[in-house]
Amino acid sequence: MDLDYMNVRGRIFDIQKYSIHDGPGIRTIVFLKGCVLRCRWCCNPESQEYKIQEMTMAGKTKTVGRDVTVGEVMEEVMKDLPYYRRSGGGLTLSGGESLCQPEFAAALLRAAKESGLSTAIESTACASYETVQKLLPYLDYYLMDIKHIDSEKHKAFTGKGNELILENAKKLAVDAKNLIIRTPVIPTFNDTPEEILAIAQFAKSLPNVKEHHLLPYHRLGLDKYAGLGREYTLKEIVPPSDEQMQKLLEVASSTGIKAQIGG
Amino acid sequence: MAQSDHFRIQKRERITKLVENLFLAEPRIEADRAVLLTESYRQTEGQPMIKRRAEAFRHILEHIPITIRPEELIVGSTTIRSRSCQVFPEYSFEWLESEFDTIATRSADPFQISEETKATLREVYKYWKDKTSSDLATSYMAPEALLAIEHNIFTPGNYFYNGVGHVTVDYGKILRSGFNGVIREAEAELAKCKVSDADYATKHEFLESVIITSKAAITYAARYAQEALKEAEACTDPRRKQELLMIAQNCVNVPAEGAKSFYEACQSFWFVQMLIQTESSGHSISPGRFDQYMYPYYKADLDSGKITREDAQELIDCVWVKLNDMSKARDEASAKGFAGYSMFQNLIAGGQTSEGVDATNDLSYMTIEASMHVMLPQPSLSVRIWNGTPHDFMIKAAELTATGIGLPAYYNDEVIIPALVSRGLTLADARDYNIIGCVEPQKSGKTDGWHDAAFFNMCRPLELVFSNGVDKGVQVGPATGDVAQMKSFDEFYNAYKKQMEYFIGLMVNADNAIDMAHAERCPLPFESSMIEDCIGRGKSAQEGGAIYNFTGPQGFGIANMADSLYAIKTLVFEEKKFTLAELKEALANNYGKEVPVENTQELCEGIVRELLKQGVELDEEQIAKICRMVSGGGLGGDASKYEAIHEMIEAVPKFGNDIPEVDAFARDVAYTYTKPIEKYKNPRGGQYHAGLYPVSANVPLGAQTGATPDGRYAYTPVADGVSPSAGRDVKGPTAAANSVARLDHFIASNGTLFNMKFHPSALAGRAGLESFTSLIRAYFDQKGSHIQFNVVSRETLRDAQAHPENYKTLVVRVAGYSALFTTLSRSLQDDIINRTEQSGF
Repeated sequence: MDLDYMNVRGRIFDIQKYSIHDGPGIRTIVFLKGCVLRCRWCCNPESQEYKIQEMTMAGKTKTVGRDVTVGEVMEEVMKDLPYYRRSGGGLTLSGGESLCQPEFAAALLRAAKESGLSTAIESTACASYETVQKLLPYLDYYLMDIKHIDSEKHKAFTGKGNELILENAKKLAVDAKNLIIRTPVIPTFNDTPEEILAIAQFAKSLPNVKEHHLLPYHRLGLDKYAGLGREYTLKEIVPPSDEQMQKLLEVASSTGIKAQIGG
Repeated sequence: MAQSDHFRIQKRERITKLVENLFLAEPRIEADRAVLLTESYRQTEGQPMIKRRAEAFRHILEHIPITIRPEELIVGSTTIRSRSCQVFPEYSFEWLESEFDTIATRSADPFQISEETKATLREVYKYWKDKTSSDLATSYMAPEALLAIEHNIFTPGNYFYNGVGHVTVDYGKILRSGFNGVIREAEAELAKCKVSDADYATKHEFLESVIITSKAAITYAARYAQEALKEAEACTDPRRKQELLMIAQNCVNVPAEGAKSFYEACQSFWFVQMLIQTESSGHSISPGRFDQYMYPYYKADLDSGKITREDAQELIDCVWVKLNDMSKARDEASAKGFAGYSMFQNLIAGGQTSEGVDATNDLSYMTIEASMHVMLPQPSLSVRIWNGTPHDFMIKAAELTATGIGLPAYYNDEVIIPALVSRGLTLADARDYNIIGCVEPQKSGKTDGWHDAAFFNMCRPLELVFSNGVDKGVQVGPATGDVAQMKSFDEFYNAYKKQMEYFIGLMVNADNAIDMAHAERCPLPFESSMIEDCIGRGKSAQEGGAIYNFTGPQGFGIANMADSLYAIKTLVFEEKKFTLAELKEALANNYGKEVPVENTQELCEGIVRELLKQGVELDEEQIAKICRMVSGGGLGGDASKYEAIHEMIEAVPKFGNDIPEVDAFARDVAYTYTKPIEKYKNPRGGQYHAGLYPVSANVPLGAQTGATPDGRYAYTPVADGVSPSAGRDVKGPTAAANSVARLDHFIASNGTLFNMKFHPSALAGRAGLESFTSLIRAYFDQKGSHIQFNVVSRETLRDAQAHPENYKTLVVRVAGYSALFTTLSRSLQDDIINRTEQSGF
């Protein structure tokens, strides 16, 4: 059997066990380094650059990013096999953007499928569709971010327009086994009922989209910006209230799509 | 998905009131039992002890004050005031007398005591000098065992000073045929006795004692019937009047005869429970499989339309309130080890029948519902999980866990049943196991398990390796050699094993001495009448009447020892970063960290006392200098060097992070305790087997333990149970569970305890519960034996420390039990706060 894919190398910056909000069951998230977007609220700013960085947290400097083989990652991922078995969970790739390392991501997902795990990625789908397609044969759940319908505003807050993303979403709706649309709800960016409604309507218009998840903005990544010597440009915003989230949930649900708060 | 709607039953107003009433007054000590016991003992001098015990029990039950509390449906109280306690001078009394003036204000489990009660007890105590079980036990112990106890290597204090308890009697027998049934059973056995039988005298006395105590139980219930009638006559509220008349009728019927309704069964159960607690001060009187033995009465009443499910739930809730109404005063040191007024009445739901079929029924769900209604620490609710456990039962259990009260604890049939079979239980008996106290499995109605027989601090023998067996100037352990001369890790490890084996032997000596003292001075005819085969053999459980006999002392500090020995192996012998002599110096200097004064005072006094004893003359200045040295203020050595050693140790991988090599080490370290113990026998003809759990003793006993080579500072808590050291497991809940599962849980057949703490967000919503139950299932797939959870945020606990008045009923998991958070000592509160908080991501 061809096991070369176990030796494919890639760059990750974290492996997180007992993840219960990113796909079904108990999952392990592997965070790949490097992203095409520069979302201003990003809670993992250390994920954005592909290059290996230093980050200072609580007075200690640590290196962010390491190069590993698929086999090495799988050794860690498989430690939780009993939990995947009981919960229907498995491997989720996150980042960064997995599509920035397509060979590595595809090999990881393939290895997970060979081991009988459920697979998922959290992704912006901001890449050529040929790249996206490399992952699809090994992928059970595509958790796709759609952050805004208006391309101008998308560009202002993420560094890129959304044309390619929306176009890929339409294709994925046909090709992906399970497509779930996720929207981080960011005050001053997309937290009005109109903006959320527009995203939900788009999601509803796609065939086969299972769910729409509204993920409330949180500030857990704030310290990391200072740790990287970067400025956090959204200092003034605060997480949306439960009431506001509830209202946005109703707005999204009004389109007929199955919406929920949180993953 | 919706929340589980299984048996979501409305809580009745009565239950809210009963719970409120429990907390109206502070617990106090009442003297009636002690007075009556002593009166009886004075009249029975010279008679066989078993008969004296029976007569004393009768005398107490005929005269002890009784009370029916407002609105209660199930009656029978050991004390007039709620949550209070009686006194048991036949076990020990000096400690209470010496704590008369501090027990109301001490940090762990304070009790009020009136001047009148003090005076009464002082009078009573005059009789008991040299007559207690603890006096006899002391005289039976080997001097070296007493020395080891004095030096805190282990402590058998639990049974040394108190009754044994730790039993689940055959409640079903009393429910079926009442104490008149027991009397008939004893009479039939008596009829078989011939005066020429070798054991005629003792058997005859025992059986007569059983008849006396059975009649006493019936008399006691009849007093309640009278009281209820009297109150009914005076009652102007027609609803309550009717209830009181019903109570009177119940108390006439049970526990004299078999129960004819679910209500009678609840009342009969309760009399058995509280009367065992009146006969002896032993705690962990565990109701066991309540959902099984109560089920026939529930089913019959439900089918015949006699009661509704809501009525049955109210009765169960009432029983739960009663289980929180009893308490026990322990000496100050023990109170720290069993903190939170806990009675450890373990009640378990679910599991399988003795034929191996799933046993989960309506009542299994309703026991969980009852704990949701009362939200109190008792009973120590547990659930049995096996491959055939219904999923919705697990979800129901998880919903209770999510409330944060630390209940239920989860037990794995797939480990415990084979473990018990390996100890000689039949398969049918093993399948019918329940849990005693914290985590100790056994078969109800057939076992005198002597669970919880001692706390063995696995860290202390390691300290003695470094000191060549010397503690505070005294040769306490074997001389295993100067560590500076040790050439290999194996040599060091063997020295540790030698210390362990030596002290395990001494612990057995101490436990057996106490065991014999109980048989001789405190046999329990009432309890024994409900344990097979005491009646057949004609002797009490304390004398070996039970079918299964064990002694189960528990070790703790595995994680500390695993991390310590792994660090020594890696840093001293493999990487040669420092020598054992340097490590010894760093440990003696607490890694350069100053020791809090409250921890050094005792040590200081000890050193001074020892020096004075050896004839050394000391002036005040010299004494002050010694104290400064002990607390680290006057360090002779180089603190930065010790800190550097500490830093290197910190960097070594630790148990609890799913690292197979470290975990394999922990497995082997646990064997240094669990294996040597198996070869010992107790006086009742049974075997020793190990438990690995600490109750809450890891905190006070940690305060007697110097710095350890895992980087733990002196006098801080040691690891609890089989859990990783607090804060050392940093890879999430699955990694911690994987590590713990790599220990051998089968050999620790007296139970293992794994604590996990979750942030509430991890159990939010149905999806959170689903993942949570999968986590338990997967841990059990890997052959973990037990797991329990605290689901409360650090912020909440900190706020409760700051504003205890707002958190009077905040219940948290301590060890094998839950307790009211604000009743715990500050250091135990801190220990719970410092446990690693897991979350879902």
